[in-house]
Amino acid sequence: MVFMSPIFKHGPSPQHRLLLVLFCSGLLIFFDHHIGSFETSRGYLQSLVSPLQYLATTPKRVMTWAGENLSSRNKLIRENQEHKIKELLLQEQLMKLETLEQENNRLRLLLSSPLRKDTRKMVAEVISVDSDPYTHQIVINRGANDGVYEGQPVIDDKGIVGQIQNVGTISSRVILITDVTHAVPVRISRNGIRLVASGTGQIDRLIHNFVPHSTDIRVGDKLVTSGLGGKYPEGYPISEVLHVNQDETRAFSEIYSQPVAQIDRLRYLLLLWSNDENVSSEKVSVENTSTPTSGGSE
Amino acid sequence: MLAHNGIIILLTLLLALIATIIPMPLSVDDFRPDWVMVVIAYWCLACPSRVNIVTAWVVGFILDVLLGSVLGVHAASLAISVYIIADNFQKIRNFSIWQQAIIIGLVTVLYHLLVFWIQRFLTDAVFLPSYLYPALTTAILWPWAFLLLRKIRRHFKIK
Repeated sequence: MVFMSPIFKHGPSPQHRLLLVLFCSGLLIFFDHHIGSFETSRGYLQSLVSPLQYLATTPKRVMTWAGENLSSRNKLIRENQEHKIKELLLQEQLMKLETLEQENNRLRLLLSSPLRKDTRKMVAEVISVDSDPYTHQIVINRGANDGVYEGQPVIDDKGIVGQIQNVGTISSRVILITDVTHAVPVRISRNGIRLVASGTGQIDRLIHNFVPHSTDIRVGDKLVTSGLGGKYPEGYPISEVLHVNQDETRAFSEIYSQPVAQIDRLRYLLLLWSNDENVSSEKVSVENTSTPTSGGSE
Repeated sequence: MLAHNGIIILLTLLLALIATIIPMPLSVDDFRPDWVMVVIAYWCLACPSRVNIVTAWVVGFILDVLLGSVLGVHAASLAISVYIIADNFQKIRNFSIWQQAIIIGLVTVLYHLLVFWIQRFLTDAVFLPSYLYPALTTAILWPWAFLLLRKIRRHFKIK
């Protein structure tokens, strides 16, 4: 402690420094939250910190890699067989679906409504899950280099997961449907009634506000995206109604639903491109995907 | 800040940031200690002329970007919490290591409450007691981190 003299302090006093940084924080919070003027710079910041994120997930990726490479031959053979059987079943369904699609398109042509085109898709992997309890976000390994854009819908094998919030160069941030600041326009697949599914900050719960008591909604109803907001494509499953309380003393009925996507164990995701942007309907571009292992909480 | 092996200070801060975002199983995630808080508090006590509130603010800002929260939330909370340590560094230095651990734990409680209050003000966040668990683990971590960082500081002769 030769160089440092604790009696004579250099520079501004701690009080002044604190005031200065609090002023800066206030400005940042105001501009980021209320005006949203950091939308583009957040992309650059995201690119800047993505090396840190890749570093932080290295131990886990090494473990996963080791786990995948050290699995026994028997296990691989068994898995392979299971996949073959599953593929057969899916192929059968696909054939049925293709005929249905053709038929649907023909009928739509007869009614002169627009045809639904196949959209471009891309597989992405979750690279980190943030530990902040106040926001529900994940980071994926696709960025502007892959053509990812802000507001792009993200799904997993069960249903809607969320949408892209910030795009970095090689990674981007996804806001999940369960985040408190997120809402999706949905409809009940049984009768087509429109609702809005808002996040609650709890990983297994969505809330539906301002639903009148007379609405025909029951526990177990499947909710799918209605495509009305223009962000999400129509018809993807989102949640299942968990709780309906049509108490007349309240202004509106109390409705909760549970997301069908397994928000707490995401690993491989699918990015969807909206129809109008990419008419050249590319098929699923699967790049650098190792064998997906099921389960494993992230 | 970079003179006299100051790069080591930066490295420890970077490691603390990585430890903050490293993926962990959900069951232990609630107990993740505040690595950044511990490391900044140590350097504030050891070299108050080099690491101060502004450093804490910058690290908090990086934390905001890493965690995807509204920019400035963690920065402001960390700066205010570190201000308490930086303003009393001569007193805290003379306490025993266990007393220091309690103080760091209390400062961490304040830090998490500040983050919660700002979030509550911005969005309708709901308070859960689990938000304060890290204070406990941070207090337990402090003695070990203190000894390790002191060893690093003496080895690299950081003043």
